[in-house]
Amino acid sequence: MSTVIAVVLLLAVVAYAVFGGADFGAGFWDLTAGGAGQGEHPRDTIEHSIGPVWEANHVWLIFIFVILWTSFPEAYASITLTLFVPLAIAALGIVLRGASFAFRKAVVKLGHRRIFGAAFAASSVLVPYCLGAAAGGIASGRVPAGGQAGDPVHSWINPTSILSGVLAVAAAAYLASVYLVWEARRLDDTDMIEYFRRRAVIAAAAVGLIGIIGIFVLRADAPYLFQGLTSRALPLVIVGALCGVVALVLLIRNAPRGARLLAVVAVAITMIAWGDAQWPYILPESLTFAAAAAPSGTLTAMLIVVVLAALIVIPGFVLLFILDQKGLLPEEGVEDETDVDPAGLRTQAHKQSNQ
Amino acid sequence: MDVPNGRIGVIVTATLSALQAIVFVNPVPWARAQMAFTLAFHIILVPLGVSWAFMTLIANYRGLRHNDRDALTLAQRWSKYMAVTFAVGAVTGTVLTFEFGLLWPRFMGRWGEAFGVPFGFEGLFFFTEAIFIAIYIYGWRRLKPWAHFWTGVPIVLAGIFGSISVVAANAWMNAPAGFTLDSDGNVIDVDPIQVIFNKSLPWQAAHMLVAAYLVGGFLIASVYAVGMLRGRRDRYHYLGFVIAFTVGAVAVPIQMGIGDGLARWVYSNQPEKFAAIEMVPTTSSDVPETLLGHLNENYTVSGGLPIPGLASWLSDPSTGKDTVVQGLTAVPPDERPTVRQVNIVHLCWDIMVGFGTALFLLAVWYALSWIFRRRMPATKWFLRAAAVAGPAAVITMEAGWVVTEVGRQPWIVYGYMKVEDAVTGNTGVWIMFFAVVILYALVGTTTILVLRGMSRRFRRSGGFTDLDTPYGPSSITKAAAQTEETVG
Repeated sequence: MSTVIAVVLLLAVVAYAVFGGADFGAGFWDLTAGGAGQGEHPRDTIEHSIGPVWEANHVWLIFIFVILWTSFPEAYASITLTLFVPLAIAALGIVLRGASFAFRKAVVKLGHRRIFGAAFAASSVLVPYCLGAAAGGIASGRVPAGGQAGDPVHSWINPTSILSGVLAVAAAAYLASVYLVWEARRLDDTDMIEYFRRRAVIAAAAVGLIGIIGIFVLRADAPYLFQGLTSRALPLVIVGALCGVVALVLLIRNAPRGARLLAVVAVAITMIAWGDAQWPYILPESLTFAAAAAPSGTLTAMLIVVVLAALIVIPGFVLLFILDQKGLLPEEGVEDETDVDPAGLRTQAHKQSNQ
Repeated sequence: MDVPNGRIGVIVTATLSALQAIVFVNPVPWARAQMAFTLAFHIILVPLGVSWAFMTLIANYRGLRHNDRDALTLAQRWSKYMAVTFAVGAVTGTVLTFEFGLLWPRFMGRWGEAFGVPFGFEGLFFFTEAIFIAIYIYGWRRLKPWAHFWTGVPIVLAGIFGSISVVAANAWMNAPAGFTLDSDGNVIDVDPIQVIFNKSLPWQAAHMLVAAYLVGGFLIASVYAVGMLRGRRDRYHYLGFVIAFTVGAVAVPIQMGIGDGLARWVYSNQPEKFAAIEMVPTTSSDVPETLLGHLNENYTVSGGLPIPGLASWLSDPSTGKDTVVQGLTAVPPDERPTVRQVNIVHLCWDIMVGFGTALFLLAVWYALSWIFRRRMPATKWFLRAAAVAGPAAVITMEAGWVVTEVGRQPWIVYGYMKVEDAVTGNTGVWIMFFAVVILYALVGTTTILVLRGMSRRFRRSGGFTDLDTPYGPSSITKAAAQTEETVG
């Protein structure tokens, strides 16, 4: 049963990377969009695309933690003890990001928007880096078993962590730009299609380059993971890389529809490959999933949660995405007032403001 | 060893280890302070997340059913405010999930398999809430009115069951159940049903749930009371006040009954906590109910206003004054709250009961006015009291949580694990504490400023449109705001 939960955990991590990662990536493009005038257009597109869904995406992270601490508490204790610093920074970054994103939408003055926008964008880069670095610390076997603290510094400042942190930021930016191309197409915004397409190509190239560097880093620094990636998980790695390359080609040829799906698949498969390469260890070479697993009663309860999630949450999530993608949850109005205002609120309003 | 090769690496490592030496500070008080601070902050947003959607739906229902324009405007604006408070609540809640591990890794490592179970379900409900809140907030314009109304209902249900799930975890810390230990004290078997439905759950969950409606109701009503005191006597403000205040007023008497039951549960199941609440040094019968007062280091009580026999009588009315109340000194010093903690618990208890009673009287005033005059009290003094009632309700709830949390000390898992054995070994916690305090202070202030700004712009622009920002008014507002900027 611990195997099933381990797979669920991996899928939750993948989901967070694919959905949440894109939100972080949108923040990256927000950060790099330039000054207020120059960056207004892309920022509008970004806001439009992540507005309705970002809160729901955060729940993946909560799910990951809940699965970890209920099902593999020993590993969770080791991880939080060892990786205190990057996780603490990530936690604070999430507060800063979420709050300032919401605030930016709620304020009107340019100066205020700028402050919140900067906080939002900067923390959007910081958080995935820290989470990636923490994952790198785990994957390279720097977190000891037994609820013990490992090295508080080198567990997250090491070649694998730097690699995975940078890779997380780049992959998030890549996913986001691919989504944003699609979003811009939906809005029929030629400028933005081109704008984000160019950035998607650059980001894809960056991810590919980091991936190639990663081969050497992992060989030297995370031998167990490297061995897994080059043997058992090799087919997955190849498929992931192929998807990435094809997505890049499609992007260059300006065929973003297929590119979006392939980009997601590429990232997802690469992450699954990571999980496969690390198997059977939750903390490589010191603690297996089976050894870390909670008693069967807990695992059963978690399975029930997962089944309920599949029954309740996934349809809801799908509904949200469909409504969002169909433009049924609009942020910008194009209809005339009668439509906006079924009960004649405007008239009422005038009365009030006159009082 | 790993990364840093060469001179730069040496410098980095040396600096970092020097920093480590500087920051060597006992993490226990800082971890407790941080947990208390972040929980106290988060819990203010909880009532809004749980009960505001309900009140919004009341307004929404009224708006649709009776074609009431003011009610519909109210529902629309409330949903926009809710988006902001929900977002802040979501991120501060996420921080709490980090903190369980970052601050209490030994607790999670040893008890996660039991304590963690309710959070699995909480995650489900939170997910549902997040999804439907997004649909509800963004769906005003294009969804059909009644379909849109129904997308709000899952928010209310998810809020209720979500808060029950979280309280289940806290209740489990007070009444641990549903696990088997081996001889080394490791959890080897877990019964999730018993973990979730532990003995403390029914009382605690009911108490918190009703508190959420009580605090949410009074807090929102107080905003409209202030508006009415400032002369905004239109129907819109009236509706906002009456819907919210009625919810709060209905909750108060229910809450007093539940609170009484919970206190008696504590009397039977956590005698040390009860002794701290009632400030009882030694086991005896005919224990007085001391209002205020102070417990001295030598376990004598000074000051305060003792009401003879009342604590005994309240503990079990069937035996009246003869009811025996266990004293603090009945258990070894390391298994009971310290004198300082006892004084905190007792003071907070008095605050909770005192403020609760005041809110009850206010609710009675409101109810009597409706019964006899068919309208809410007209005097300005009522509105002034109602304006104070919101913050007072928040303080009441915070005090209640202090009673239950500090009263459980020194235990983190009652009878099984002490706080000092649960805490992280990371000595830099104090840095995170200060970072969190600064960040939360900014977030808190900004939340209030943003909500106020939204309200001001709603007022200025009048009606409701979402031509531009989903979390706030705009478009026609934009022009208004620009005028505001140039003028003021």
